[in-house]
Formats: sequence, structure tokens, C-alpha cells
Amino acid sequence: MRPFQYTRAPSLAEASHLIAGKDALAIAGGTNLLDLMKLQVETPGRLADINRLGFAEIEDTDDGGLRLGALATNTETAVHPRVRADYPVLSRAILAGATQQLRNKATNGGNLCQRTRCFYFTNIDQPCNKREPGSGCGAIEGIAKLHAILGTSDQCIATYPGDLAVALSALGATVEISGDKGERSVPVRDFHCLPGDTPWIENVLKPGEIITGIVLPAPVGGTQIYRKVRERSSYAFALVSIAAVIELTDGKFSRADLAFGGLAHKPWHDQRVGDALLGQPPSDTLFDKAADILLEDARGFGENDFKIPLTRRTLRAVLTQATEDAA
Amino acid sequence: MTVHFKQDEPDNSNRLDGMKQGVLGKPLPRIEGLAKVTGTAPYAAEYPVENCAEGVLVTSTITRGEVVAIDRTTVLSMPGVIAVVDDEKLCTRAAQGTANEAPMQGPTQVCYWGQPIALVVAETFEQARDAAKHLNVEYREEEGAPLDPGVVEPEEQEDETVHQGDLVYAMAEAAHSVDVTYTTKGHASAAMEPHAAIAEWDGDMLTVHASLQMLNYNISELADALDMEEDNIRLISRFVGGGFGSKLGISEEVVAAALAAKQVGRPVRVVQSRQQVFQTVMRRSETTQRLRLAADDNAKLTGFGHQALVSNLPGETFAEPVLQSSHFMYGGQNRELMLNVARIHRMTAGSVRAPGEAVGMPALEGAMDVLAEKAGIDPVDLRLRNIPENDPEEDLPFSSHKLAECLKQGAEAFGWDKGPRKPRQRREGEWWIGTGMASAARVHNISEAKSRVTLKADGTALVETDMTDIGTGTYTILAQIAGEMLGLDPKQVLVELGDTRHPRGPGSGGSWGAASIGSAVYVACKAIREELAAKIGTSEEELELSAAKTATGESLTDLLEGKDLIREGHYEPGDIEDDYTASGFGAFFAEVRVNHYTGETRVDRMLGAFGFGRVLNAKTARSQCIGGITWSIGVALTEALEFDPQDGHLVNCDLAEYHVPVHRDVPDLEVVLVEERDGAASPIQAKGIGELGMCGGAAAIANAIYNACGARLYDYPMTPDRVIAAMPD
Ligand SMILES: Cc1cc2nc3c(=O)[nH]c(=O)nc-3n(C[C@H](O)[C@H](O)[C@H](O)COP(=O)(O)OP(=O)(O)OC[C@H]3O[C@@H](n4cnc5c(N)ncnc54)[C@H](O)[C@@H]3O)c2cc1C
Ligand code: SF4
Repeated sequence: MRPFQYTRAPSLAEASHLIAGKDALAIAGGTNLLDLMKLQVETPGRLADINRLGFAEIEDTDDGGLRLGALATNTETAVHPRVRADYPVLSRAILAGATQQLRNKATNGGNLCQRTRCFYFTNIDQPCNKREPGSGCGAIEGIAKLHAILGTSDQCIATYPGDLAVALSALGATVEISGDKGERSVPVRDFHCLPGDTPWIENVLKPGEIITGIVLPAPVGGTQIYRKVRERSSYAFALVSIAAVIELTDGKFSRADLAFGGLAHKPWHDQRVGDALLGQPPSDTLFDKAADILLEDARGFGENDFKIPLTRRTLRAVLTQATEDAA
Repeated sequence: MTVHFKQDEPDNSNRLDGMKQGVLGKPLPRIEGLAKVTGTAPYAAEYPVENCAEGVLVTSTITRGEVVAIDRTTVLSMPGVIAVVDDEKLCTRAAQGTANEAPMQGPTQVCYWGQPIALVVAETFEQARDAAKHLNVEYREEEGAPLDPGVVEPEEQEDETVHQGDLVYAMAEAAHSVDVTYTTKGHASAAMEPHAAIAEWDGDMLTVHASLQMLNYNISELADALDMEEDNIRLISRFVGGGFGSKLGISEEVVAAALAAKQVGRPVRVVQSRQQVFQTVMRRSETTQRLRLAADDNAKLTGFGHQALVSNLPGETFAEPVLQSSHFMYGGQNRELMLNVARIHRMTAGSVRAPGEAVGMPALEGAMDVLAEKAGIDPVDLRLRNIPENDPEEDLPFSSHKLAECLKQGAEAFGWDKGPRKPRQRREGEWWIGTGMASAARVHNISEAKSRVTLKADGTALVETDMTDIGTGTYTILAQIAGEMLGLDPKQVLVELGDTRHPRGPGSGGSWGAASIGSAVYVACKAIREELAAKIGTSEEELELSAAKTATGESLTDLLEGKDLIREGHYEPGDIEDDYTASGFGAFFAEVRVNHYTGETRVDRMLGAFGFGRVLNAKTARSQCIGGITWSIGVALTEALEFDPQDGHLVNCDLAEYHVPVHRDVPDLEVVLVEERDGAASPIQAKGIGELGMCGGAAAIANAIYNACGARLYDYPMTPDRVIAAMPD
């Protein structure tokens, strides 16, 4: 770990100012950042501690939705009565991630910004375009079991590893951001970026911008499922995950909001997949058709080829379960 | 006074059963347990040592070649940096278990990615770590180092080779035959406590606090590495936070700390990072194993073939002994066994818990399941039919053999449905449910050991040896043995371990610790008993001691008349080792569920029945079994080291990405202890139990996966990707 300057930011404006400079980062729970600093993957000269800035509340919004403070912990969010009652897919996604100890410390904002678990990204003696632009990508010719099958580039095939954001994407939540130019809101579905030629850019935050909250729309009901596939049953990132909000009316899909984790550099949301289901009665053929659309451009890198059939099978499982639950 | 006992004959006197108190075998909690869970038991890096500088290893970023130059000036100007150590005596690998000599030295020659090449010493750990990352090293790289065990011409381990009869003919003539190839991936020990050492010099005297399993060997290894006399070295490892083979020999940080402390003239602590432990200490080799089984129409084996390919670095003598129990496990007069080792440039391969059987038995027991299916008989029955009378290769008798009892008692306790089996019979929602079983075997090892026992004038006892307790319960069982022999409450027995100032123990490894050091303590206590018996004019055999009194009411304190009674027990295995084939045996039963869609497998329940000689402490023995079964779950489902195909480095080098089973993966495990006395195993009739619990258990899970969903897999671990690829529609 390199020596760094630590400041407990006294105000949001001050925090923005502190992290607007090069070489500075915000620290919330620290569960991701500190690990990366020890490995010298992150080497900030200055840290702005944002933990005392407030925005840790979980509160109702005027339109019946819910606003999750960026500094509310993952645990507080998952166990919140309204989250459990109205947005169970979110509660389940959070509880499927990390461990109790980590979730107690991890914040919602930090979770959205967590970095990839790519083995080559976390080893500074290996090539990685994300960590060191132009150094190459160790994973493409290396061990890519965890890696993406959708939206990859020849620069980077890493995944966004989190669970929470996948559920937020299915729910159509919005990220609230504050910076020196004021406040703005970005749909979660547009918050993370694909790697393209700039794999080091992972989300739309500009220098000095801080996430202050996440807004959930008014409850939509339906059957809510979070399915996370992994080798061991806890304390592991998703091979594939699916967040689903499903409703059937008169035996036909009337709502099908789906988002996928473990497949791409961002929680994957493809409107066409849900649309293909709408108005149709459930059937294996229909589920396969939805998978065909989802996986049309999927490409494996050897070790992760299995994610293509696994995603198809998991989608079938989720839609079958949703159909049975709805019936 | 030293009492030497060399065992040439079985000792079936079962003396310990004749003792009055019956404290041996009792499920006593660990003596040091409270200290450990309250954080007051110091581990290697935690000893408070004044003025201690911190060292961090620098590791290579090439696979093979030479370190041409190290630019020390840049880092020496960094804050707090004291020195860069690149002494030619630095070790570049860890010593293999029982090596008794220095491991590979000479940090300028690089043989694998991540190899230690230097040490940076600074005032604080953070400064040292930062400087270590900044050290500029110039290499001359040799391209083309072989990394894939499949592409090099392997070397045959000739002492493992067996050609007996004609296996090809037996296969051709067999009523039922199986010819399958299994693979297993590399494993890591993943002990909780990282490898660490604090070295301190006082003139020519060196003291090292380290995390090591076998001080009796480690002291010679360190002396050899530093070119010193053993008498000038003191090694201390009172508490070891798990070893599982990775701390059998000295590793790089021990020598580095000693050299650095000399160079900077003050104590130096070196703690390996989690990533370094994974990348520089020991891996269990991956294996490829071909199994050929030929059986007649009674499902009796007529042919047995087991060939394995493993790997290691050039210059290493260790080859994962995959065939170890295959030599005697089942009959079959036509036999073909062969072990090959591929020389490749991945990190050192060495002992990881149950070297050999941990991966050999899962392959063999998987193949046995295939045979049971082909022969149309119950898999338990198949095993029972094929238990050999004598060792089928050496024609030696078994010292004891509890496989049949374990199979029967295990099946009974588990509720095993007898009869031929068909896959895909039970489904609950998305989950296929099935059961499977496998036999267990782990060779019994025993080793020379010494221990001093003092019966103190105040009626308490002291046991001293440099034996270690790596979390297994050694402290407790030695207090029980001494307490039993001397008529004391085990609480009245102080056990001092892990210090080379004490007599040489056997070290903790190969499951031989308890039987070996227990025998040394037994020998010493017996001599003390003889002395006491003489005092009251009786014989040792007649002497009854309990509650610190004789049967006639004399207290030990009175008998001792103010004088301590000291005896050193020296146990040595003699001809007994050549006259018998000795092994622990057991049986595993598992029920699993396999998700039809995702291929995820979860173990619902699992049972192991084990026979391993005398149970010294039912609680610590059971813990060892539970730990072993847990490792079986890891071997079966989750654990796999992944090596980069370009430069051979270990990529998943932390506990987030190397998947040991977590609590949710481990159901309530049931253990059946099949009591026995094995007089040829040791004078205390005990064998080892540290490793048996993982020797075959993975196959019970693999066979249950097949029974559940019809996916017959030949590659461990059986991760979702592999299960869905093999799952019938
Ligand atoms: C072993 C392990 C297993 C894990 N498993 C899972 C899992 O299965 N699923 C899962 O989803 N997650 C998992 N996690 C990740 C964990 O959820 C994240 O580490 C955590 O959510 C990050 O939150 P934090 O508050 O600690 O962030 P920090 O570590 O403090 O920060 C992370 C990043 O976010 C930035 N940041 C933090 N807050 C803000 C803000 N308000 N505005 C702008 N930027 C901000 C920081 O600058 C930093 O770059 C795991 C972590 C570990 C260590
Ligand atoms: S996949 Fe992305 S993060 Fe991983 S090595 Fe390649 S560039 Fe780096």
C-alpha cells in the first residue's frame, strides 16, 4: 500500500472537490477499495471518506417509490421492510452476494462502483488494459472462466461482478448523482459502460461526482426472482445471474423485466428479451426463443463458453419458476 | 534417562485399556482451545519482538530465466526502507516434507512465475510491501518453458511400477470391464494462518518463530540452508494455524527472515501475503488417471490397472503418490500400475493433505461405481467382494483391516438402499436427488519420536517434545495418554510443544503424528510406572494408578518424596514396518441434489465410517474426520487451481477465488468411529486419522451425482459447467 492522504469530507461539496482532482478517490465501506489498494491495483494519493455525509437513509418517495441512500449498507437495504415487501428481487440479490460481514460494511453506492474480479486486473504484474491502458488483456488468451460473453471488446472481456445492480436494472431504478455542476439522475441501465476501447471507464461518473442515492419506482408487484448460479452456495460471484420481475395475466406474460449478471461489463438488460415474452403463453419454445434473442451475439472465449448454455438453461428455470409461482 | 523402544513385533497387550481411569479416548475439549478462540495463543507473526523490522518477499515476473540485475537504489531511497536482501542462500522454493536438507536456493535462477527472488526490509510492513512492488529487476528470460503436463515427455517413477500377470488379456477376457480416464485439478492447502517467520540473532545463536509442521526436520533444513550448526538454532512453533502439508518443510520466508536479520542487525519478520502463499509454497499436482478394472461374472476383480500422470518442477523429488493405496486396495491378480511425472514450470508441487489418496481414491472409487453398474450389483457389495486377504502385490498380511465393517456399519447408519442402482429415479422440483458411496483408504505411516515426561514431585506431570499441534489436538491427546498412564487428571499434565529445545518429535505430517509421538510418551510413562511400581514392591503390569494415588492409597507425592521423576521416551518403528501392510480404511455415503437446469450440486447429507486403530480422543478424532469430509466436498465440487496457459502463474490465488467449501456447502456430517486395536500399527494400537476422511469421499459425491441425474463425470471438480455438459436431456 502506498502512503496516501486521508480526509474525512465535511460536506458533499467538499467531497466532490476533493475527488475531482487526479489521484483521488472516495471511500465508503472500503470492502473493495482497500483490497485493491493493498494489491496496488488502486493507488490513490488521496482518499476522501464520505461516510459522514448523511445520505444513508432509506425513505419513501412522493410517487410511492423508495429512495435508497448511497451510504445505506447492503444489509440495511436487504432487511428493510419495504424492500422485502415491495422489491423482494432486490433483497434477494443483495443477500446472494458476499457474506454477512461484508454486507454489513458494504454500501449501496460502493456496490454499484465495485470493480471487476478479473484475475489479471487484480495482479499488477500481468497485462491488463483496464488497469494499464495499452498493456494488453491477459484474460483473452488466459483463464477466462469468469468472463463476459456479451458486449465484449478486443480490449477487455471483464464482467461487472455485482448482484445488487442486476436487480436494480430489472426494477428500472435510477441513480442519483451529485457533482460540482449540480445534480443529475441516470437510469441504472445506463450507469455502467461497455468496455469498448476504454475499458478503464466503467460507469458514467465524471471526476468529482458522487452517488447520493438510488431511486426505486413505485412497486410493480409480480413474481420477483433472483437466481444466482455459482459453484459454491455462498461467498462466490455469479457465473450467471438473472433478476426477473414477471407477471402473467390470463395465462400470458403481461410483464417480463429481466436483467442478467455475470455476462457482461454491465448488468445486461435487453428490452427485446422481455418483449418477446409479452402477450405470449409460457412454453419451453417461447423461453428458448427469448434465450435466442438474448444470446444472439454471445461469444465465448473458450473457458467461459459454458455460459452460453448455462444462461439459456437458467433463463428456462427462472421463467418456469415464475410461471408456476404465478399460477 | 532415555528409554528406547524399537518395535519389531505387534503389541497386542492393549495396556492402555487396562488403566484405571479411562480418560484416554474421552471426547475432551482441546486444552488450548480457549486461548485460540480468545486470541491469546500467539501465532508465528504475533510474538512481540522489540525493534523488529518488516520484510516482504519480491517475486519474479518471468517464468524461466535469470535475474541479471537488481536496482536497489530506487527503493533504498523510499521512506523507511532499510535493506534489499538478495543473498544467494535465499530459498526459491519450500522444502518438501521430510527433506531434511535445504530446498532449492539461489534466487538469480528463476524457474516459475512468482518465485521469490529477493526480500525488501523496511520499518513498517506497508513500506516494505510498497518497496517490494517497486524493486526494479532486470531479467534474461528463457522463452518456451513447458507449462502443460500433457505436452512433455514424462518421467516414469520406477519404484511405483507394477507389472503382474497380463492385464490386457484379463480385460479382454473379463465378464465386466471398465477403462476410464479421470482428471483432477490442482489443490491448495489454504491454511488460515499464512506462512510467517520472525528471526532474531543473539551473536551466533538464531531463534526463529515460524509456522511449521515438523521442527525435527525443519531445523536441519534451516541449518543446511544457512550453513550452520543445528545447535545454534532454536525454532519455535507453539501454535500453527493449519498446515495441511504446506508447512511440512521450511518455506522461503524462514530463510529470508534469518538472512535479513543478520544483514540488518536486528530482528526481522516476514509474513507471506495470501497471494504469495498460494503462488510460492506448494500446490497439489493436477492428475490424469487411467483406471482399468476387469472382473469375472461374480464381479470379482481379475485385473487392476491404475496409471497416473502428475507434474512438478525440474529438480523436485516429490511426485503426487496417486497409486499409494491402489497397490493394496482391491484384489486382481493381473496388475498394471504406473506413475509418471511431467517436468513443467508451474510452482512447486508437494504435499497437500493426504497426498496421493486425496486424488487417487476419488478416481479409483469412481471407476468402481462404473463397474458396479456394469456388473449390475450393489456398489457396497462390489467392494465387499473384492477386499483382498493379503496385500495383493507384496503378499503381506494387513496389520488390521476394517473396510468391511466400515462399509456395513456405514451403510446401516446412512440407510443405504441395497441392490443394483438406476440413475434419475428421484426428482423434487428442479432438483435431482441421488446417493453414492465410496471406500476410503490411507496408508498408515509411523515415525521415530522422542518425548520427555516428568512426573513432578507435586504430583503433576510435564510432557515436552518439539512435536507440533497444527490444530489437530496433539496437546490434548498427549495429556490424555500421560494422564491415563500416570493416574492423573489430564488437566494436571502440562504439555509443551513446538520448541526445538525439547526432544525431537516426529512432526505433524502424513497422519503419523498422534501414533508416533503418542508412542514416545507412552514409552516414557511406562518407564515412570516401572519406577513407581518398584517403590511399592509391585510390577508395572500390576500397578494401578488413579486420582494421583495407587490402588493401596499411596499418593504419588508421597511416593516421589520430593523428587521429580524424569524419563525420555524414544520410540522407533522396527521390523514391524516391513512385515505388514498397514492402512486406515473407511467408507463414505453421500446424498446430493443436482439442479436440472444449472448443474449446481449441493450435498444434502454425508456420512463417513472409519477404522483407524485406537481412538485417542473421540472429539478431536471426529473433528479430523469432519474436516476430511469437508475437503472431500471441495475436491468433488469446487476446488481447482487455475494456471495461466501463457506463463504458468497461478491465477486464482486468494480465498475469494479458490473455492474451498463454505458453511452452506457442508451439511451436518455424520461420523461413525469403528473402534479397533492395531497392535502392529504402534504400541498404543493407534493409526492416523488426519487424512483418511478425505481419501475417496469425493467419489461418493461424484457417484451420487450420477445416481441423481445421470451425468457420469470423469473430471473433478464437478462444477456446474461440467455437470450441464454431461447431463442427459
Ligand atoms: C470476498 C468478497 C466477495 C464479494 N462477493 C460479492 C458478491 O457475491 N456480490 C456482490 O454484489 N458483491 C460482492 N462483493 C463486493 C462487495 O459487495 C463490494 O465490495 C461492496 O459493495 C463495495 O461497497 P463499499 O461501500 O465497501 O465500497 P468501497 O470499497 O468503499 O468503494 C468501492 C468503489 O466505489 C467508489 N465509491 C464508493 N461509494 C461511492 C459513492 N457514493 N459515489 C461514488 N463512488 C463511490 C469508491 O471510490 C471505490 O472506487 C464481494 C466482496 C468481497 C471482498
Ligand atoms: S479482461 Fe479486462 S480487466 Fe481482465 S485483463 Fe483483460 S482488460 Fe484487464
